[in-house]
Amino acid sequence: MTNSIEEILNTDAIFVIGSNTTENHPVIGTVMKRAIKRGAKLIVADPRKIELAEYADVFLQVKPGTNIALLNGMMNVIINNDLHDKKFIEERTENFEEFKELIKDYTPDRVAKICGVKEEDIVKAALIYARAEKAGIYYAMGVTQHTTGTHAVMSISNLSLLCGNIGKESAGVNPLRGQNNVQGACDMGGLPADLPGYQKVFNPEVQEKFESLWETSIPNRAGLTIPEILDAAEKGDIKFIYIMGENPMVSDPDINHVRKALSNLDFLVVQDIFLTETAELADVVLPAASFAEKDGTFTNTERRVQRVRKAIEPVGDAKPDWQILMGLMNRLGYNKKYLHPSEIMEEIRRVVPQYGGITYDRIEEEGIQWPCPDIDHPGTKYLHKDTIARGKGLFMAIDHRQSAEVVDSEYPFIFTTGRVLYHYHTRTMTGRVEGLNKLSPRSYVEINEVTANKLGISHGEKVRLTSRRGSIITWAKVTDIVDENVLFMPFHFAEGAANYLTNTKLDSIAKIPELKVAAVRLEKLGS
Amino acid sequence: MASITINGKKYEVDDNITVLEACRKMGIDIPTLCYDDRLEPHAACRLCLVEVKGKGKLETSCSLKVKDGMVIETHSERVMKTRKEILDLLFSNHPNDCLTCDKSGACKLQDYCFEYGVEMGTYEGEKKDYPMDYSNHFYTYDPNKCILCGKCVRVCSELQCTDAIGLEKRGFKTKVTTPFDLGLATSNCVSCGNCVAVCPVGALMPKRKERFRLWEVERVKTTCSYCGVGCQLELLVKGNKVVGVEPAKGKANNGLLCVKGRFGYSFINHPDRLKTPLIKKDGKFVEASWEEAYRLIVSKINEIKDKNGPEAFAGLTSARCTNEENYLFQKLFRAVIGTNNVDHCARL
Repeated sequence: MTNSIEEILNTDAIFVIGSNTTENHPVIGTVMKRAIKRGAKLIVADPRKIELAEYADVFLQVKPGTNIALLNGMMNVIINNDLHDKKFIEERTENFEEFKELIKDYTPDRVAKICGVKEEDIVKAALIYARAEKAGIYYAMGVTQHTTGTHAVMSISNLSLLCGNIGKESAGVNPLRGQNNVQGACDMGGLPADLPGYQKVFNPEVQEKFESLWETSIPNRAGLTIPEILDAAEKGDIKFIYIMGENPMVSDPDINHVRKALSNLDFLVVQDIFLTETAELADVVLPAASFAEKDGTFTNTERRVQRVRKAIEPVGDAKPDWQILMGLMNRLGYNKKYLHPSEIMEEIRRVVPQYGGITYDRIEEEGIQWPCPDIDHPGTKYLHKDTIARGKGLFMAIDHRQSAEVVDSEYPFIFTTGRVLYHYHTRTMTGRVEGLNKLSPRSYVEINEVTANKLGISHGEKVRLTSRRGSIITWAKVTDIVDENVLFMPFHFAEGAANYLTNTKLDSIAKIPELKVAAVRLEKLGS
Repeated sequence: MASITINGKKYEVDDNITVLEACRKMGIDIPTLCYDDRLEPHAACRLCLVEVKGKGKLETSCSLKVKDGMVIETHSERVMKTRKEILDLLFSNHPNDCLTCDKSGACKLQDYCFEYGVEMGTYEGEKKDYPMDYSNHFYTYDPNKCILCGKCVRVCSELQCTDAIGLEKRGFKTKVTTPFDLGLATSNCVSCGNCVAVCPVGALMPKRKERFRLWEVERVKTTCSYCGVGCQLELLVKGNKVVGVEPAKGKANNGLLCVKGRFGYSFINHPDRLKTPLIKKDGKFVEASWEEAYRLIVSKINEIKDKNGPEAFAGLTSARCTNEENYLFQKLFRAVIGTNNVDHCARL
């Protein structure tokens, strides 16, 4: 997030796109609702009539995969009404003219047809956003998990630059990160082209810095992303995979493909707290300590580095992941030893500029938001304050492109996925909590009541869903939350798993799979 | 700034704060049951009454702004007598079951009765006699223990913004309830437990698998391990077991949690937890020692590296693990194995 969570309270307009905030980031959802009570306007764009839609001044029930068109349409309205921030654009951005030229084509009537929403609602949303003194955009995987995901994020950036809604309190671009430490895993270099601190592996200066600190040589060619790793494994190029705390056999697209890839390896190590669906395929499973059994830090969605504290001893012979990894490194001949995670943080501080001032002592009471370059720096509440981080904010002229898979007579429904309040990701943890399972016991598919009537499907009955990649049986939930041609499934459940159906097609820049759009067929079971 | 006198001593305080806030800043303890600094003042419990010179009746300090020249008595005989009377009234209509009540030790009514010397309720007569609401999977509601401070209702409305519960009827019959009194399970309650966290007595209580006294548990502040909001919470620990979770005040959550963070902790000590390394032999997992597991992994790494080189390796690090662990994981792959094939589930 460029802003902080508490800044939401003082925002004038909230634009939620592709985020079911009250279910997936519930406490941020409460802050948004408080802001609305205090008078903030709310725009919601989502294929589903989510809870926040009830609070919205304008709700745009967009067809999955049309975010860019919608954003372009809103920007068309803003420019045509002369509501863009000319001073901000002049002083702090570049490439506006080229962008403006492209935006001309995205008239509200054309966009309304692409997105399946009303023209007047696009206008209304645009005016609310542009007229707000401080407007914040909040998005999640509904924006990114498309073959056009990166471009959609750039479009969001365009919108914020157009109205000067960046670099100030309560106004910015705010991706809501899904996992407790997905921000930190990125910050720490859990990415194939990035060493810790987003320092590129192919930059010779960076390479030299890390080699001298780590006292060894490191490769300078960017590695493979998860989807590429799985493809390479299926082909036999990757022989050995080590998976720590992740369950691709439920969470990744096209589970049949994931199984083939992981089964084709010479050796698979899985390190986890439970014997997950992925661990079942491993050659060796290593028992890890849970978050309650170790010290460390997580970095939240607002870039705040916060302490994780050991409350109990690891169960059985389980060990904290850092100890397991250190043990393996030492046995492989790399002799660096750490007595406590705080010593690892000391090393992180030396190589990651954004974490330069972060020590366990300083975050004992309250976490610090990066960038925090030195020990006297208080941390950064919001980003891009006086200048945009790259110098000038870059407008990108981005066209709408349709999803990789579109509906046809054989697969006539748009299939999209997400999460529910009562479960977390692949249910490794929440699946073992009795009350949560009572509230959300099994996989289901949301079907519009008109569609259900047409197919003779009643609420609670079993149905079959089939895509080009797989077929599953699940339970029908007949509802008006989705449009007639859209089906939604939570991806949490291993049985009747949504990801047997999803598409592995990738965004060419970020390599994120198009989990939010697949074409499927729906059948009443036995018909 | 305002110059005020509290209990004969002069203080300079901000002029936009309440008498209660001023007293708390100065370290003067005033009892409250319905006050929460995140909520609008409610002045329902009346325990925070103070004597203000020049005013005939006692004033609720939570709703009274300071004024220059104000002279306040917080513990005068009249104030103490009135507070004791209020506690007596409350306790007269409250089950006297502290010996078995799970809230004992953290109950504000119990604490204040102890402080003000209220041994029993002296008002005889009708007592509340309502059925318990067990319908929520994670917490119970006992209207008979409820002292009608209204904190649960206000937290649900003002902070959580769910509005699942409200106060109905008037006077003796006032009750916290759900629409049409149909029970929590039928309401739009999302089981966040934020009402439970602010209940000053044992009316709203988490359902517990283990029985324990609150003074037996150790509290460890940590960060929630579910989504990316980074809520701060306290793990309640007894023996080597996490037996409960309570919200803590962090910048991101300000004392709120959701159902997963608050009640989704029983996986920690679940019998399914992996407790030893496992090695697959003939298609079946066999328990192994750490040394055996390490030896096998090291030999495989060396074998494959010799044969296929470092680019035949890939590692999936984890958005569920700590920064320090992610740092070490990528270091293992880059510095020790020698490949940049390291990624994690940021895209999933």
